[in-house]
Amino acid sequence: MGDALVYWLQQTLNALQLGSIYALIALGYTMVYGILTMINFAHGDVFMIGAFFCFLAAVYLGLPFVPTLLLTMVGTALLGVTIERLAYKPLRQAPRVSAIITALGVGLFLENFTLALAPYPKNIPALLDTTTWAVGGVSFSSLQVIIILLSLGLMVLLDYVVHRTPVGMAMRAISWDKTFVPLMGVPVDRVISITFAIGAGLAGAAGVMYGLAYPIIDPYMGIMVGWKAFISAVVGGIGNIRGAMIGAFILGWVEIMVVAFFPSTYRDFVAFSLLLLLIVIRPYGILGKPRTQKV
Amino acid sequence: MKTALASGWEGLMRQRWLLPVLLVIGFGLAFAIPQYNLFNKYVQLVMMYVGINIILTVSLNLVNGYMGEFSLAHAGFMAVGAYTAAMLTMRVLPVAAHPELFPLAVLAGGLMAALFGLIVAIPSFKIRGDYLAIITLAFLMIVKSVIENIDYLGGPRGLPGIRKLTTLPWVFFWVVVSIWVIRNFIYSNYGRGVLSIREDEIASDLMSVNTRRVKFLAFALSSFFAGVAGALFAHVLQFISPRVFDIIKTTDILIMVYLGGIGSIAGSILGATVFTVLLELLRPTTFGAMLSWLPAMIFEPLNQYFIQHLGIWRMIIMPLLLVLVMLFWPRGMMGLREFRWFIPKRDVDAHQRPPSKA
Repeated sequence: MGDALVYWLQQTLNALQLGSIYALIALGYTMVYGILTMINFAHGDVFMIGAFFCFLAAVYLGLPFVPTLLLTMVGTALLGVTIERLAYKPLRQAPRVSAIITALGVGLFLENFTLALAPYPKNIPALLDTTTWAVGGVSFSSLQVIIILLSLGLMVLLDYVVHRTPVGMAMRAISWDKTFVPLMGVPVDRVISITFAIGAGLAGAAGVMYGLAYPIIDPYMGIMVGWKAFISAVVGGIGNIRGAMIGAFILGWVEIMVVAFFPSTYRDFVAFSLLLLLIVIRPYGILGKPRTQKV
Repeated sequence: MKTALASGWEGLMRQRWLLPVLLVIGFGLAFAIPQYNLFNKYVQLVMMYVGINIILTVSLNLVNGYMGEFSLAHAGFMAVGAYTAAMLTMRVLPVAAHPELFPLAVLAGGLMAALFGLIVAIPSFKIRGDYLAIITLAFLMIVKSVIENIDYLGGPRGLPGIRKLTTLPWVFFWVVVSIWVIRNFIYSNYGRGVLSIREDEIASDLMSVNTRRVKFLAFALSSFFAGVAGALFAHVLQFISPRVFDIIKTTDILIMVYLGGIGSIAGSILGATVFTVLLELLRPTTFGAMLSWLPAMIFEPLNQYFIQHLGIWRMIIMPLLLVLVMLFWPRGMMGLREFRWFIPKRDVDAHQRPPSKA
């Protein structure tokens, strides 16, 4: 194989790894937006807390990979529900801006709270023995394979839950119509809480995987990764679950390719320019449907 | 029945000479404080920050409060103003010999920011709500990463060695100008247009409000003053870097706007002042100094277990405060209400006229 092709394949593999982490976080943004039409700006910080839970479980409890992952997901799911109950639920009837501001506040709170408890960046220990295979010059690490497969598994599971189970049907119903669905006996509050739990749990899983792939974690890591995941959700069409996955892989691929061929400081510039361009050209995203406003 | 004192107070507040007199006193104080060191340097610095934050808050309130959009780009406009002015004072204008040229740099910073504001206003013609918020966010991030990639501007390391040219009188001057301009804009015909866009853009379009022109003007004014504030800020801090103007800075300004209350100039002034002063009071040194009169038996443990740790915990208290304000006090301190001075006389009279009997 030619060197250029090997390089491309190698970078595409890296892009798949980054994209799957973005996708797991983007799902939380898009699910919450689909149901509440609210941008949950604290979601990136839930992801960060996930990485710190992973650190706690791995270092202080000395747990291996699978229990760490499960514990982290449960922990962040509980955190997500708590945030929703305490901060967002009272504002459901308030102007939408109030909820956005509150979400920004919650995010800032999580960041600074973590900073107070963990002033220095932490190093997540290697939870998995990494072996590297080389196939025709392209090197795979077992870690990369696990991250990609596990994320894909979680996404397939989520897709199944949303499209094939009663809870998923309730979620779709609420995002379809908020006035009459409660009258049909759908427990709206519970479904919203479940949505937050699932979204936050996925963000927790993303935190663990991010921590394994890029082991230095700090309280502000959630900001940029969170925004990137949010861009993914918008690129795919916010509110659309499959769109979020596609958007995340596109963004991951673009970012990795920018870093591969240009100075790495252009990464954010390209990511946000892509976002800007897309919103102006196709505001409803790749898979989203245009909404018309009735007067 | 009003008491004599209350009606006397009201009568005093209605005097037309009062405002100019207060302005003159304010300017006098702004000159006298640094001249005669009426307060120590730290208090003077905090006063300048309060002033800069008032400019930022009042100008963001124009877009986020009065026009009802959700802009996250304010720190980006601030960065444009700060870098433009800093470049001028460092590389172009001979401010070392002629410090009186500084206002030119501030003005240039504001104008440059206004230019960028016009660019952001264009997508706002078609796009509203969440997507406009995303566009402004993208603008902020792009400004930041462009600065990071230009070596001439110091890149990610920032720009040290800016002269300390911002003085208390200049801050006071710009505070007065920003409040005066934005207040007059709000109560002008365009201002009515701004309010009508907040209430219903389609309806106001149908009522022949030129929404495009109104949006252009509102964004340009708002970003102009953000740029001015950035220019002043750079010449107080004497060091700017892209990290100074990130999303956290925008969040700070948003907190001040919503703490004070949207759609209110008085609210913005209060919000900015309370937020800035509170954040300073919660510094361990300040807080400790305030409580140092306590007997040592109480002060020592308090100091050891609480005050010493405030440095980080105050950063937790502020967002918590924001969330609590949103939950229990969603309109903020002055939401949609106004201090009477800021309302033109004809509007006050219109509100106070007894309802006509039909």
